[in-house]
Amino acid sequence: MSDDYAKLKNHPAMLGAGLVLLAAALVALPFALATVGTAWVRITNLAILFALLALGLNIVVGFAGLLDLGYIAFYGIGAYIYALLASPQFNLHLPFWAILPLGALVACVFGVLLGAPTLKLRGDYLAIVTLGFGEIVRIFFNNLSRPINITNGPQGISRIDPFRIGDFDFSRSETLLGLDVSGPIKYYYLLLVILMLVIAVNLRLQDSRIGRAWQAIREDEVAAGAMGINTTRIKLLAFAMGASFGGLAGGMFAAIQGFISPESFVLVESIMVLSMVVLGGMGNIWGVILGALLLSFVPELLRYTVEPLQRSLFGKLIVEPEVIRMLLFGLALMLMMLFRPAGLWPSKVRKRELE
Amino acid sequence: MDIFLQQLINGLTLGSVYAIVALGYTMVYGIIQLINFAHGEVVMIGAMVAFSVINLLAANTALPPLVMLTLGIGIAIPVCMLVGYTLERFAYRPLRHAPRLAPLITAIGASIVLQHVAMMVWSRNPLAFPQLIPNPVFPVAGATISLVQIVIIGTSVLMMAGLTLIVYRTRLGVAMRATSQNPHIAGLMGIDINWVIAATFMLGAALAAVAGVMVGTYYGIAHYTMGSLLGLKAFSAAVLGGIGNLAGAMLGGMLLGIVEALGAGYIGDLTNNVFGSNYQDVFAFMVLIAVLVFRPSGLLGERVGDKA
Repeated sequence: MSDDYAKLKNHPAMLGAGLVLLAAALVALPFALATVGTAWVRITNLAILFALLALGLNIVVGFAGLLDLGYIAFYGIGAYIYALLASPQFNLHLPFWAILPLGALVACVFGVLLGAPTLKLRGDYLAIVTLGFGEIVRIFFNNLSRPINITNGPQGISRIDPFRIGDFDFSRSETLLGLDVSGPIKYYYLLLVILMLVIAVNLRLQDSRIGRAWQAIREDEVAAGAMGINTTRIKLLAFAMGASFGGLAGGMFAAIQGFISPESFVLVESIMVLSMVVLGGMGNIWGVILGALLLSFVPELLRYTVEPLQRSLFGKLIVEPEVIRMLLFGLALMLMMLFRPAGLWPSKVRKRELE
Repeated sequence: MDIFLQQLINGLTLGSVYAIVALGYTMVYGIIQLINFAHGEVVMIGAMVAFSVINLLAANTALPPLVMLTLGIGIAIPVCMLVGYTLERFAYRPLRHAPRLAPLITAIGASIVLQHVAMMVWSRNPLAFPQLIPNPVFPVAGATISLVQIVIIGTSVLMMAGLTLIVYRTRLGVAMRATSQNPHIAGLMGIDINWVIAATFMLGAALAAVAGVMVGTYYGIAHYTMGSLLGLKAFSAAVLGGIGNLAGAMLGGMLLGIVEALGAGYIGDLTNNVFGSNYQDVFAFMVLIAVLVFRPSGLLGERVGDKA
């Protein structure tokens, strides 16, 4: 990556032209997708959300080398905070710019609460503890409808407020400059901006003092400690930061979907995000985004192709697309670790370490 | 009815199953320091295979129920051993010298693949596990114990005794212990460590198969996801007892079963019905987190150096 970049640097005109083209493509994308169907804009939005999540998990798994199997819990916490404070559930309708950071903060606090006692543990124990934490959080979402109805149990919370700035409502369709701009398209641009911000933060983080400390811990914790890095604190920082990104993505998920239930925050989702990180390349920001986009779009494409294909070949549905999706995640995890442990688009350092 | 005694009996039953599954985790961890994440899925495959065999026999033959059950277990065991061997050979062995994270991630992948293959072969709906043996209930000092519970506890104790014999009284057992202490030196002493590790997986898988049939019979249900939560709890039990330690896994399993049953029985009263028995599944994880925080080596485990 950095090599290619260095080569391009010698041709600033080409680099500039490439960036302009990319930007134009990203701006035009939702309108192109909308001609196929608004569903695809929604799928793209979800893909960007998952890219955000995967970037958050990448801080924990990719940079710091800590396996977190309960990551979706932070996403859930962010989503529930948003939903509780901006829905008819408690008749609160706080503005999104206030509760989105709040969700990230609460998720961060939970990350610290979980991380502080457990980060002393060896890596594989940590994986199981985080998994247990994820399950506990989900069980609470599911059951905190009694004796006081907080989460509304398995029914979840509906009619969650969309993002609104003054009169500008992100969920409403309107005509701007002669173009039909639907709700999902507005969210697309918002998500794109947030994704770019998060990428920028991640890129800066990666090469910062903290980022280098994470990598040092990942490669050899004892040596990192000997070099004067406060390993527990730096690991906790990774955990807290990953958690806040998760919480942020969760809040946006709640607003965009308008409905959340504990179903969205099960173990499988944690594993899905992990698959994205592993498939793309642990520790490489661009690889992780690639992984998230691949694992978001490929199953959807399969849904639209495999089902009709099976019906025309065998006259009935033999393997449901949902099952193919899951098998894809499982196989991605296994085969990547066995044959290309550094991922499809590996980070240089990580590759040296794993191969 | 005496709630305490009743929950104790239920807890012991559940605990024996946890103990049997926990042994599979602890043996593998003891020998190659890997959390075999897919072990719970092996339990599920065991239950599913026995389910199919018994249904097939019941539909086509008139064998006595006990023979059918024995045949069901008898076929589930080798199938699970094969699954265990395959996992070890193709998913874990190539990664034996990779960083620790790598085989753990493969294991998670394997677990998902096994679950969904099972879902395609059997069904996404819960299957009614055939109730073959009559299940009379006996009164015990104000509580009751059923025949199935007695059989589960009895079989578990027998299997634990059998496993202890294998590990401490046979050549394979000596080889296993040697490999777990130092695979390199064990290899130099002429032990085929690849074979020993594979044998460890297969032993654990055989126990898992029986555990699967027990769970199926006890709850009357088999489902493709039944292994994951059970596996997690059994792993918690293994950690509670001290991972890598056989007696620890047995103790941890029993304790966890009892904690869970008593917790579920009393949590409503203790918290004025703010929390109900639907929080049962939380206990295992709370225990797990508490043990790891306060005594990471478990109840019977020795303090081991960081090999991270």
